[in-house]
Amino acid sequence: MKNPFARYLLQKLVWYILAFFVAVSLNFILPRLIPGNPVAVIVNQMATGGVQSDTLERLYSTYMKEFGLDKPLYVQYFNYLRNILHLNLGTSFMLYPGKVKDLIGRALPWTIGLQVPAILSGWILGNLLGAFSAYKGGKFDSVAFTLSLVFSNIPYYCLAIVFLYLLAVRFGIFPVGGGYSFGTVPTLSWRFITDAIHHYILPYLSMVLVAIGGQAIGMREMSIYELTSDYVNYAKNLGIRDERIIRYVFKNAMLPQITGLAISFGTMMGGALVTESVFSYPGVGSLLFTAIRQSDYPLIQGCTLIITVAVLTANFLVEIAYGFIDPRIRAVQLGER
Amino acid sequence: MKDIIILLFRSKRFIVGFVLFLGVLSFALIGPVVNPKNPFQMVGGLFSPPSDKFILGTDNLGRDVFTQLMYGTRTSLLIGCTAGVIATSIGVTIGSIAGYKGGIVEEILMGITNVFITIPSIVILILLSIAIKTRSAIVMGLVIGITAWPWTARAVRAQTSSLKTREHIDIARITGFSSLEMIIWEILPYMFSYIFMAFILQFSGGILNEATLSMLGLGPFQTVSLGVMLHWALLWEAVRTGAWWAFIPPVICLSMTTFSLMSMNSGMDEVFNPRLRRS
Repeated sequence: MKNPFARYLLQKLVWYILAFFVAVSLNFILPRLIPGNPVAVIVNQMATGGVQSDTLERLYSTYMKEFGLDKPLYVQYFNYLRNILHLNLGTSFMLYPGKVKDLIGRALPWTIGLQVPAILSGWILGNLLGAFSAYKGGKFDSVAFTLSLVFSNIPYYCLAIVFLYLLAVRFGIFPVGGGYSFGTVPTLSWRFITDAIHHYILPYLSMVLVAIGGQAIGMREMSIYELTSDYVNYAKNLGIRDERIIRYVFKNAMLPQITGLAISFGTMMGGALVTESVFSYPGVGSLLFTAIRQSDYPLIQGCTLIITVAVLTANFLVEIAYGFIDPRIRAVQLGER
Repeated sequence: MKDIIILLFRSKRFIVGFVLFLGVLSFALIGPVVNPKNPFQMVGGLFSPPSDKFILGTDNLGRDVFTQLMYGTRTSLLIGCTAGVIATSIGVTIGSIAGYKGGIVEEILMGITNVFITIPSIVILILLSIAIKTRSAIVMGLVIGITAWPWTARAVRAQTSSLKTREHIDIARITGFSSLEMIIWEILPYMFSYIFMAFILQFSGGILNEATLSMLGLGPFQTVSLGVMLHWALLWEAVRTGAWWAFIPPVICLSMTTFSLMSMNSGMDEVFNPRLRRS
């Protein structure tokens, strides 16, 4: 291929598509390892709940058709793939006949709105803090480092529970959960937006503090490595001003941190999902929480699928950005090396 | 070996972590022996606050929180340790073989590793936990371990690749060691400290993953763990009813355990990577 950047992109894309297929296959195969016929199990559960028998029959036939459990496994697999490509994620058990696609579609904007700003701002602030404390050293460094170590090791949901209890339940400064007040309808009115922000602060805060801590530790370490390297000594001996050297150091230490951003999208996911359910925030995490409690397999599968897609997409975007930023990759593209 | 231990105990972070961890460990191991009660037994009223009889009160079903906390910490440590052992073993095996062999073997092994690094591990954890209906604590540790190895594999491969170019490796190779012997006798002993640090990281990650899964409702069966306690607190609205004794103790135990492990890890980093040790 002529354009080297396109080649870099294509290479990355192939990896991501491969990862996506592995994830989708796991998503297909693992719930099918549950002993027994899940459709029969769920219909039996409903039968004890006193649902009429003709409704049960209709339920049974819907799910048998959807899962295609009467067909051989490979046919089921291709059906599954085709359904995913058509964004057909099946029908929820607990909210029958609600479509999984619609349920997730309603929850997803909340999750993205909470997590993307929290991860990005935590990343930026954490890097600034880490670089600054590596440069400063002394008291500031040891205090900042210890605080970062403490915060980055408190799981998100633990901080979330403590915040919820102290700031919402005990002192009543913030609402006790949800994405907006009970009884209001999501509109673009000023009242709704301030209300939503009021509900947003605690979940955001509990995620961002942990993210800042984790990033600051990594950035501090990278910056210390850079600060003791030869080019810094050389620049110092040349009499170049400190601010200038800091800029060089920051740029170099920053590169691995960009990969760190990609990682945080994947590793923060689990904790972020639980944080949502702590605050009953109307996102994918809370949806997953109820789906697991109700053994709603189609909905669980839909959630895991959408989480995979979201994380892979975020990682891919970061990789593209990395390709633009890293001078070594750029150099390879331009044929300098 | 003796020198290393002396050096380790010069690091303040290591000492703090070590002492904290010993505290948590003895609470979890000695507690249930001294005070053998059934954590599932209902002994008091619903959500009764701490008193002389129940140091940390009771939960939504009138069960003693302090007893739960001892057994829960023990289960969480067991799961974390199992996960740590499994993840570190798989990671070290794959990483050292890939790094030492190189070529096509490395390409394939690292390809698999990269695919599993890209897929968010929480997704595989959720799916595996759903597929396994009866999860004991050990099974849960296994499940967490087999999803957590890729990072260790990647790091160990990098270390092995750089160790491979040292002279003692060439000398050993001339004496006719097989690849396996080379890895076991000439590579792994030189990264013992590194592997131990990886284990500590995986241990702490395993405890956190247990808590995440349990809080989502996929915890171990008929066992209490720190995550299970938090799940109950969420499910029965302990937070919103203000029953702080039902969730603050497990939060503290969880944070203290992971903090102690990370502090030990960071102290070891200081000792083994002298560049980080600034005067």
